[in-house]
Amino acid sequence: MVDMITVDALNMDSKQLNRKIKELVSQGQKEINIINVLGQRFIGNGIQDNSLKITIHGVAGNDLGMFMEGVSIELFGNAQDGVGNTLNGGTISVHGNAGDVVGYAARGGKIFIEKNVGYRVGIHMKEFENNVPVIVVGGSAGSFLGEYMAGGILVILNINSPKIMKADAIGTGMHGGKIYIRGDVDINNIGKEVVILDIDDNDYKILKNILKEFGNKFNFNAVELLKDKFIKLKAISHRPYGNLYAY
Amino acid sequence: MSVLDRLLPEFFVKVDKELCIKCGQCVMNCGFSALLQDKNKNVKPVHEKCVACQRCMYVCPTKAIQVSKFPGTQKHNDYWKPEYINNIKKQANSGGILLTAAGNDKQYPIIFDRLLLDACQVTNPSIDPLREPMETISYLGEKPVNIFIEFKDNKYILKNNLKPNVKLNSPIIFAAMSYGAISLNAHKALARAAKECGILMNTGEGGLHKDLYEYADNIIVQVASGRFGVTPEYLKRSAAIEIKIGQGAKPGIGGHLPGYKVDDEISFTRMIPKGTDALSPAPHHDIYSIEDLAQLIASLKEATDYSKPVGVKIAAVHNVAAIASGVARADADYIVIDGFRGGTGAAPKMIRDHIGIPIELAIAAVDDRLRKEKIRNKVSIVAAGGIRHAADMAKALALGADFVTIGTAALIAIGCTLCQKCYTGNCSWGIATQRPDLVSRLDPDEASKKLVNLIKGWSLELKEIMGALGINAIESLVGNRERLRALELSSETLEVLGVKPAGR
Repeated sequence: MVDMITVDALNMDSKQLNRKIKELVSQGQKEINIINVLGQRFIGNGIQDNSLKITIHGVAGNDLGMFMEGVSIELFGNAQDGVGNTLNGGTISVHGNAGDVVGYAARGGKIFIEKNVGYRVGIHMKEFENNVPVIVVGGSAGSFLGEYMAGGILVILNINSPKIMKADAIGTGMHGGKIYIRGDVDINNIGKEVVILDIDDNDYKILKNILKEFGNKFNFNAVELLKDKFIKLKAISHRPYGNLYAY
Repeated sequence: MSVLDRLLPEFFVKVDKELCIKCGQCVMNCGFSALLQDKNKNVKPVHEKCVACQRCMYVCPTKAIQVSKFPGTQKHNDYWKPEYINNIKKQANSGGILLTAAGNDKQYPIIFDRLLLDACQVTNPSIDPLREPMETISYLGEKPVNIFIEFKDNKYILKNNLKPNVKLNSPIIFAAMSYGAISLNAHKALARAAKECGILMNTGEGGLHKDLYEYADNIIVQVASGRFGVTPEYLKRSAAIEIKIGQGAKPGIGGHLPGYKVDDEISFTRMIPKGTDALSPAPHHDIYSIEDLAQLIASLKEATDYSKPVGVKIAAVHNVAAIASGVARADADYIVIDGFRGGTGAAPKMIRDHIGIPIELAIAAVDDRLRKEKIRNKVSIVAAGGIRHAADMAKALALGADFVTIGTAALIAIGCTLCQKCYTGNCSWGIATQRPDLVSRLDPDEASKKLVNLIKGWSLELKEIMGALGINAIESLVGNRERLRALELSSETLEVLGVKPAGR
């Protein structure tokens, strides 16, 4: 078994590429390098393997690493929608931008996006016991960030972006977890279910660890960003609709 | 408490002092604390708390308890019914959304009750199912349009690549009811019965408890907007996967499992923090179109190596036929259509009682549309929502369904009395509750036997009906509307149903 095998995705459709990847995984391959990826979907979908590493060159299509567990994916290029959709564990790093619904309903694992992301990122993330998913975005994020969030940690660094986020409806329906934002938000742009807090010592510690890892991924000193202003968004209640009903 | 805050009790609990032996069984069994015992062990009812779950009446050894409607009723009014008056008072107190459970109980016309089945007389013989072969096995999933067979070395070889299908001994599936909405013991009972009967149960959207892993071959796992407990393992431990878009009892809206029902085990199974509301948003946030749905279907098939059918559950709404056509074209292998009588563990009353259409019309419309578009083979149609007995099932099949699901009927078999208070978590029967004291009274072994008996009974009855029709296989019954006649239905309804009036 060679240490690393390269798959050329040119002229392969999603199904063919994924079949090839799964075939290599079943043969015990631990490092797969895929080149010429041109929007093929579902790469790494549903694979459970704690020692598998997939490197992708090109543009990854929708639902990169969906349902995945344990695998480490590194993408050199941009990703389309649904990176880490329903992610169970593992790490996805994107050297570029990612589209909408990054980390939808993730309940484990880590997603690092170097640049910007689209709408509805971190929507309905959850956590239980020691499974706490983490999403870090280097650039800016679109509206509905962290909507319905029930757990996990979402960090937006706003590098090369306006320091007051333009996104709207941030944390709407949020009932767990934390959103850290470097910079600030307009109070009119957050959901009524969240409060804006200053970061405390514990938050600082959490952020320091996360930023160290993020900086290592993308070769810069991310911890230094902690000198700037950060805010935290937190749910007011873990039962936001507890009083909604007449019994 | 001001008199304006008060509601009159809905029910009246009468304890017959002569019959009562003060054993306290009723007090112990009431999940709603509607019965107390004083220091002399006299049973004292708290009428306001009674929900008429009838547990006390069933357990009382001397039948000393009677629950009836509260006798001090309001002045009779056919328009302002007591329910509406009580609802207004409740909302005036709290400003909240009225909550209810189980299926729509309002007086809409019941089409099943206006449909009659045919029988053979003289010209073609009926079949005796007790002595002659009768096929009730059905396969869930896409069927080929043509089959190609080669005869080689004295053997017939099928040349088609068949899509994955799941074999069921009877065309019955236990409806999706989540662990969380119902207890683990209820889930266990359903799984065991499904295995024994060779049919399927459906996890609902609350994940799959590890204790049920061994029943994987008889389990449909559901993927809903909250994605609770959806892991690669979950997808693998199943016979089929179902994307839940909608539910008949609450089309178009999501669900809230209240935080007080989320204990350690449910937290672990749903993968959410303990005590947190489990919110299922109304839409899937990665589905905004048929194309997006096609993508999730493809993704689930990828994740499971194209080894099992992937279905989609939708509520029966006005445009159900067009939606179903889209779903079939999105490469779903089966479609569950849930009618407006379908049950729920919790739904806003206004939604449950006023949204959706009857399952009978929806099945007929969908079957018709898919046949006209020549894609009927692409999906199995599963009719859900208010199937009460084997004749409803036979009628649903004749209207065009391949399978029916039973939820309410299954729960009635294991104790449910339709008190419609599932959302309180106090179910005295140990079904719709997570309270350990209540859950423990539902024995999964005993309950699974009840379910097995129910499926056995309905299957026998279905065979009897098929025998009377002179039909010896489910396939010949599905969509066979010629064998139905309608009694006093409008011509428009007959047109949608594709059924002739009785006598013609």
